[in-house]
Amino acid sequence: MATSAYWRTRFQRYRLIGNRCKECGKVFFPPRFVCPACGSVKLEEYKLPERGKLVEYTVVYTAPKGYEVMTPYVIGIVELEDGVRVLAQITDVDVEDVKEGMEVEASIRRLPEQLEGGMICYTYKFRPVIK
Amino acid sequence: MVSVEGGVLRPSDDVGIAGYGVYIPIYRIKALEIARVWGKFYDHLPVEEKAVAGPDEDAVTIAIEAARYAIRRAGIRPEEIEAVYVGTESKPYAVKPCSTIVAEALGATPNVLAADYEFACKAGTEAFQTSIGLVASNMVRYAMAIGVDTAQSRPADALEYTAAAGGGAFIFTRRNCETIAYIEGSYSFVTDTPDFWRRDGDMYPSHMGRFTGEPAYFRHTTMAAKGLMSELGLRPSDFSYAVFHQPNPKFPLKLAQYLGIPLDKVKPSIVCSSIGNTYSGSSMIGLASVLDIAKPGDRILLVSYGSGAGSDAFSFVVQDAIEEKRNRAPKVSSFIYRKKEIDYSLYAKFRRKIFM
Ligand SMILES: [Zn+2]
Repeated sequence: MATSAYWRTRFQRYRLIGNRCKECGKVFFPPRFVCPACGSVKLEEYKLPERGKLVEYTVVYTAPKGYEVMTPYVIGIVELEDGVRVLAQITDVDVEDVKEGMEVEASIRRLPEQLEGGMICYTYKFRPVIK
Repeated sequence: MVSVEGGVLRPSDDVGIAGYGVYIPIYRIKALEIARVWGKFYDHLPVEEKAVAGPDEDAVTIAIEAARYAIRRAGIRPEEIEAVYVGTESKPYAVKPCSTIVAEALGATPNVLAADYEFACKAGTEAFQTSIGLVASNMVRYAMAIGVDTAQSRPADALEYTAAAGGGAFIFTRRNCETIAYIEGSYSFVTDTPDFWRRDGDMYPSHMGRFTGEPAYFRHTTMAAKGLMSELGLRPSDFSYAVFHQPNPKFPLKLAQYLGIPLDKVKPSIVCSSIGNTYSGSSMIGLASVLDIAKPGDRILLVSYGSGAGSDAFSFVVQDAIEEKRNRAPKVSSFIYRKKEIDYSLYAKFRRKIFM
């Protein structure tokens, strides 16, 4: 990932900051400049909740270059407490233990390095809630 | 902080802990498994197992997890935190602070002091003292001190059995009815002692073997603890708990004997057998395990140790707010029970000991 693109998106990656249309109330993550539902450009910052449940998932066995260290890993759709759905990697879970309905919370994790000596990218993933 | 003759650091205004949080990665490798790989004898292994950072974890991610729990316990907004200090010797970048990433991830930026501390395993308590000083002098309202490591060890080295991953975060503020413990004072003992080091560019540290015991760990911890007690006019019997840096489970018990502290006051903080030595995280996690169970009025002695070498000793008195606040985030025991065992090959893959 380009350093500039990573830097610009750090708030959504670190803190799940999306936005919400002031006209129709729709929430976007990642944030948008224009509301695709009503065409409004009046959007306000919106912090997504950090907890939710896994509603659907798939297991990745053949990973892109750099991600071999993670395989097999889980990608899933998390429905957050406010109903917003987010696609993310599910971490700290074995493929045989993952299940739909599982309670998860946001965590920040490191992405595999794309470039030797390059910057380290951190982004949100979800992991099972620790009780 | 006001430093008086004799070296005790006593805040001129009372400072307390507003919240604390820990994080220990889910993966464990058994010492037996490491011994099997290197054909070592199975008896006298220093620990049962150690915590291993997953392939997507590092000191920064662990620090953020612990810090979020500390904020949850403190019940404050992240933007109220005016200082974030990260103590670690496992910086993902040789040059670029961990603290900026942590502060940004928490939402404490941009009006925040941020820096990294490095002093082997006592970098976290070094951050305690800075935070306490800033709060006591009224320069900041909330300061966060984090101690975290993903400790490195050369394959087959004696350190490989114990070098582990984990961390803890503490938020300091002026003592009030919402702080969970207040600080009575701190005392440091530091000398130039070459017991353990890692040269720039080296992947793994070097150490002086047996030399790490008497002249290094025991001398510094004993001097710091005795100095603190003598300056504050306290005796070992005044403490309900003692938390010592835990490079292995034996050292803190031996130190307790040196200081005349009953072993049952030290044992509640010893988590090293199940998670290994978390370096800068060790004193933090030890203190958190005691806060998880302590009662209001209990006095806690904390003594860190960092190679190179030095010790910071602290005396804390637990307050009423602990009873409710401790339940706001997972306790150390939750992290100890939450585990997945991995074998040496997965460990090698996770810790990038396999080159592709
Ligand atoms: Zn709209």
